[in-house]
Amino acid sequence: MRMVSTVSPPTSGDLEVLGMSSVREGREIRARLGVVPQDDNLDTELTVRQNLVMHARFFGVSRADAARKADELLDFAQLTERADARVDPLSGGMKRRLTIARSLVNDPELVLLDEPTTGLDPQARHLLWERLYRLKEAGVTLLLTTHYMDEAEQLSDRLVVMDGGKIVAEGSPAELIARHTSPEVLELRFAGDRPDFAAPALAALDLHTESLPDRVLIYADKGDEVLRVLRDRGVEPTGSFVRRSTLEDVFLALTGRRLAE
Amino acid sequence: MTAVADARPPGDLAGVIQFCGVQFARFRAAGFSALLAGVANPLFFLLAIGMGLGSQIDGADLPTDDYLSFVGAGVVAAFAFTQGAGLSMWPTMAAVKWEGTYDAALTTPLSVRALATGHIAWTGIRAGIMAALYVVALIPFGVIASPLAVLAVPAAALSAMTASAPLSAYSVTRENDASFSVIMRVGVTPLFLFSGAFFPVDQLPDSIEWLTWLVPLWHGVELCRGLITDTIGLGDALVHVAAQVVVVAAGTAAAVRTFGARLTS
Repeated sequence: MRMVSTVSPPTSGDLEVLGMSSVREGREIRARLGVVPQDDNLDTELTVRQNLVMHARFFGVSRADAARKADELLDFAQLTERADARVDPLSGGMKRRLTIARSLVNDPELVLLDEPTTGLDPQARHLLWERLYRLKEAGVTLLLTTHYMDEAEQLSDRLVVMDGGKIVAEGSPAELIARHTSPEVLELRFAGDRPDFAAPALAALDLHTESLPDRVLIYADKGDEVLRVLRDRGVEPTGSFVRRSTLEDVFLALTGRRLAE
Repeated sequence: MTAVADARPPGDLAGVIQFCGVQFARFRAAGFSALLAGVANPLFFLLAIGMGLGSQIDGADLPTDDYLSFVGAGVVAAFAFTQGAGLSMWPTMAAVKWEGTYDAALTTPLSVRALATGHIAWTGIRAGIMAALYVVALIPFGVIASPLAVLAVPAAALSAMTASAPLSAYSVTRENDASFSVIMRVGVTPLFLFSGAFFPVDQLPDSIEWLTWLVPLWHGVELCRGLITDTIGLGDALVHVAAQVVVVAAGTAAAVRTFGARLTS
């Protein structure tokens, strides 16, 4: 993200952003870019509004235009009532919205967001998602990194799965689900040593299954049908439920379940 | 959304000016307490040392009329230097590490060079604001001997930058503030005391008196005092300015490098 925002030079190879060289035309690129870093680095000595106005001034925006833009963005970020408050007492969600608003002071063509909703409560996340969706609708390109697969599914048209710094898959959320997993997942829970007891029946299904310490996942086209077949064969799980496959399944299928630390 | 972006991103000079504008807004937001502290401190020295201790001193050998003028005008640069040192340590650490505001600034067209230069220039401006208020406060004490005293304000700013340029270059390489108070105690305070603000340096043993020529703050003290009390010639003044400009230029060049290493890797 730092390389794309032209703050750091590329570690190797050439990098072009918006058709310009990140090394030679960094200033020109940054003029058309918005950056939302992982940690809010707002100026706590300034008010909410001043954070926007001062950031805009670095882009060469005139004082009057910066003030007008700040009002507009305060409204967009639902922070108008806090405009003249200091940044420190704001909630995590408010600071995040202000950081996103700050990244928009120069009407960027491309906004980089580094894990934009990490650490936020569901209400704050959903509000942010809605705001980001509106930006997308307005024609702004969003490039975001996230560990939340529901977030990726909500916001992205195209996504890239990275593992250990390498691209392991690429496509729209629906494409990736179609390509790398089944439409549905049947999750079964067994008491005690019953998974062993159920093993032959599971193997006979000829479906991709995954045995985890606490449950068994069966990747199927129609989970309910598979569950009926298993019950007919005498498999009685203590709990079962069928769900739609998600990007999380794709991600785990591609990158494995081991912790990468 | 209304379009506001400029066709051409601002250059380094505009960046430095804008950076100082942001710092001024922060300074204003901090209110009058900082301002008051900045002026009250040298005034306490003026009263306690200049008037109190000065009443016991026969100032016949001094270049100024009396000891009050000697100290009153002498501490202008010394306080500016101390402020410059303080401003270049903890606030630098806050901006690059604790709060990350300089990371945010560098995602705009602002360059590292403009950022580092602006950072140092601002310490000069801020110390200059304090010095201006203090110089005005000197008027009723009869210390001001010439309209040239106005020039003591930019001279004080220069003194502040002789501290902040090298110290900012250093501070940005640190991971914590442990060394800062040590630098203040064993570096800045001795310079504050022994650079000629409180006694003429020809009182020092001959073997170390020449050392003062290497001390930027001595040049600053001589320059500011000379301008305020009208006791300096043009030639000496230019030498004092040049000596300090060399330190500021070298420190700024170093800061551009260390800021770059810290913030853009």
